[in-house]
Amino acid sequence: MSREKLKDKASIKILEARKSEGMETIWDRYEAQQPQCGFGLLGICCRMCNMGPCRIDPFGTGPQKGACGATADTIAARDMTRQTAAGSASHSDHARDLGHTLIAIGKGTVQGYSIRDPYKLRIIAAEYGIKVENKKDNELALELGERVLQEFGKQDDSQLTLSKRAPKRQQEIWKKLDIFPRGIDREVVETLARTHEGMDQDYKNLIQSTMRVSLADGWGGSMIATEVSDILFGSPKPIRARANLGVLKEDEVNIIIHGHEPTLSDVIVTASQDPELIKLAKEKGTKGITVAGLCCTANEILVRRGIPVAGNFLQQELSILTGAVEIMVVDIQCVSPGIAQAASHFHTKVISTSAKASIPGVEHIDFREDNALDTAKKIIKIAIDNYPNRDKTKVIIPKEAMDLVAGFTAENIFYHLGGKFRASYKPLNENIANGRIRGVAGVVGCDNPRMGSGSSHVALVKELIKNNVLVVQTGCAAIECAKEGLLTPETAIEMAGEGLKEVCKAVGIPPALHLGSCVDNSRILIACTEMVKEGGIGKSLDELPVAGAALEWMAEKAMAIGWYFVASGALVVFGTPMRISGSQAVYDYVTKDMENITGGKWAFEEDPIKAAHLMIDHIDRKRKALKLAPMMYTQSYTVTGHLPSE
Amino acid sequence: METKKIFCDITKCVGCRACELACAVEHSATRDLFLAILESPRPKKRIDTQFIEKDVFQSIGCQHCDDPPCVEACMASCIHKDKKTGKVDIDTKRCVACWMCIMACPFAAISRKAATENKALKCDLCPERECPACVDSCPTRALYHEARKDWAKREKNKVLIKK
Ligand code: SF4
Ligand code: SF4
Ligand code: SF4
Repeated sequence: MSREKLKDKASIKILEARKSEGMETIWDRYEAQQPQCGFGLLGICCRMCNMGPCRIDPFGTGPQKGACGATADTIAARDMTRQTAAGSASHSDHARDLGHTLIAIGKGTVQGYSIRDPYKLRIIAAEYGIKVENKKDNELALELGERVLQEFGKQDDSQLTLSKRAPKRQQEIWKKLDIFPRGIDREVVETLARTHEGMDQDYKNLIQSTMRVSLADGWGGSMIATEVSDILFGSPKPIRARANLGVLKEDEVNIIIHGHEPTLSDVIVTASQDPELIKLAKEKGTKGITVAGLCCTANEILVRRGIPVAGNFLQQELSILTGAVEIMVVDIQCVSPGIAQAASHFHTKVISTSAKASIPGVEHIDFREDNALDTAKKIIKIAIDNYPNRDKTKVIIPKEAMDLVAGFTAENIFYHLGGKFRASYKPLNENIANGRIRGVAGVVGCDNPRMGSGSSHVALVKELIKNNVLVVQTGCAAIECAKEGLLTPETAIEMAGEGLKEVCKAVGIPPALHLGSCVDNSRILIACTEMVKEGGIGKSLDELPVAGAALEWMAEKAMAIGWYFVASGALVVFGTPMRISGSQAVYDYVTKDMENITGGKWAFEEDPIKAAHLMIDHIDRKRKALKLAPMMYTQSYTVTGHLPSE
Repeated sequence: METKKIFCDITKCVGCRACELACAVEHSATRDLFLAILESPRPKKRIDTQFIEKDVFQSIGCQHCDDPPCVEACMASCIHKDKKTGKVDIDTKRCVACWMCIMACPFAAISRKAATENKALKCDLCPERECPACVDSCPTRALYHEARKDWAKREKNKVLIKK
């Protein structure tokens, strides 16, 4: 069933060809897992201690408590909280590494890195209370790096620096609920402690911890990762590129970089442009070197350097199965163990680079900042040397590769409307207030065979833009929509509703804007904050006509993202529920009661069209509460005016 | 034709109770795990995972006995063994809830339908499916839906291979 929903033509072509050759992929393994454990799906299997595992019978005949006495409510909430902490930890650990890179630049112990956005370095340093006058870039880098790292180990009860960016009302809510983030590592550690056996048992109290640890990600780790990446690798500017497996070349050395950290990918891109290496590649009878990205690594080098995107999460094995990839270099997160097996069918070498993520059966080359460029060159040389091993008779490169525009940020989105830097949200707010644009929706997250294998994002975005909702995207969802032409003004503007079309045409932007990688969801928080600051469409985040969705969520990181948006006052829609359905109390608390607590809430809806309507209804309720003008043009979808869960 | 029934290979069962959930969902109105747990009355499983001894489990439901004691015991004559398929079925309309069958069944395979519904309940071999839901759901493939002689052959082979 999972395979049928896959719509991407390039993927289908590879899958069909390789299936007949007996090669296994994630879809086969997912099918082999069916049916999956019901206790697990419902979140009522507890493995927290060695009296367990304990399972609650969801049909009521069997046990209703774990050995210790934990109920379904405790078990479901505890597990969700832990998963969210893991998600928060992933983004934040990534941010920590960037902080170290900043320090290393300050100390001059790096190779291949510099400060590419000294302007932003100064803005952020000043925000951290650092005196910036008469200081050199490297001095500031050192100071800011150290200051940023303090945010991780901070022990006092004050708020994380960047969380002070949030609108006043959000900060008040966080204070009242005692969920404002204090120290990034502290929140993760506290959450792990609170979810230990015999600790926090009241699901409401546990969810307080869930929210806090997620806020430490959104307004902490992820936001730091975004800002520091901009400083180190340059703030993105709108840039054209191409996406899908068709970016691989028949006659060039193909290198795929996969994972998350821009530190690795950026220097590999630099090294791939080395004339010596290009010469070497040509000596092997190729026309040059192609570097393409996968997953969020792709997004990082796409938005900053216009590097082509080979694909998203579900295409990692497929890209290898083209038979045309010399090496796939990986770092951290979302790297499927399946790639090693896929590579075994071809000449492709998989190279892991992070000491934190080792994969059995693949070569490991330790990647460190102090010899980054040399390492990158060494890796590219391996790729070039591997080219003669490519069996040309086995190569299948699908022709699909779609044009896209990426590289929008909270700072530059409406710069193009003619406004000034940081004072430019007026045109957006005005167009929302006057009913040309209905509101803004974030469509983000993973692609997952459990749902549409990417296709749900496309259907969702099409329905939203048709109804004049401006869409902002990150992560694998953005890549999926890029592949379908939704991120290029030429093809996408025509799919938008009349009002949105007018605005996009005037400005020359697509109706769906690519804001970067998953840590760049923090850009959406900032963009929303800027909308509040500009005024006229809500005095706090929970009043804004906005909504978010990660229908095909897969990673724990998505839970952290979803939770920090809910805790910041937004509606967040997941395709399938988090593992809480076995507890009616927890389910109701997060999908209903939450709205009276943070102003945000969860909804779960697998059908992308219904999900779009849920979001539109939510946006329209906000518009109504703000007494905004009626929509300028008639809509394809008539609003019901309320959420089904109400 | 010999009765096809459900056998459990106790060397494979890990006691995960996936079969129990699958059974309850199959006998729900919605046939969807996430919705079935919200039904009222909640659907009930007809198979039970039992602990035999350390690390040994078995999942057991109605054995569709060749000479069923429940049929003997039922004074309302609502349990019968189908001559053609060999399946033992309950005609709940006539069940008077005397629980004689529960007493007679050596496998404790019969239970009460629901607190609100005083009727006997047991495995019906999933009449709408080719293969019963529990068998399909077992992650270790411990359950088999087959005739006695096929099962016996399998068990014999296992012993022979071991030797
Ligand atoms: S913490 Fe309680 S519910 Fe969880 S495994 Fe231990 S005894 Fe069972
Ligand atoms: S599903 Fe299989 S392994 Fe699990 S309890 Fe039932 S028979 Fe045993
Ligand atoms: S209910 Fe019990 S006695 Fe009757 S056929 Fe089934 S296993 Fe045999």
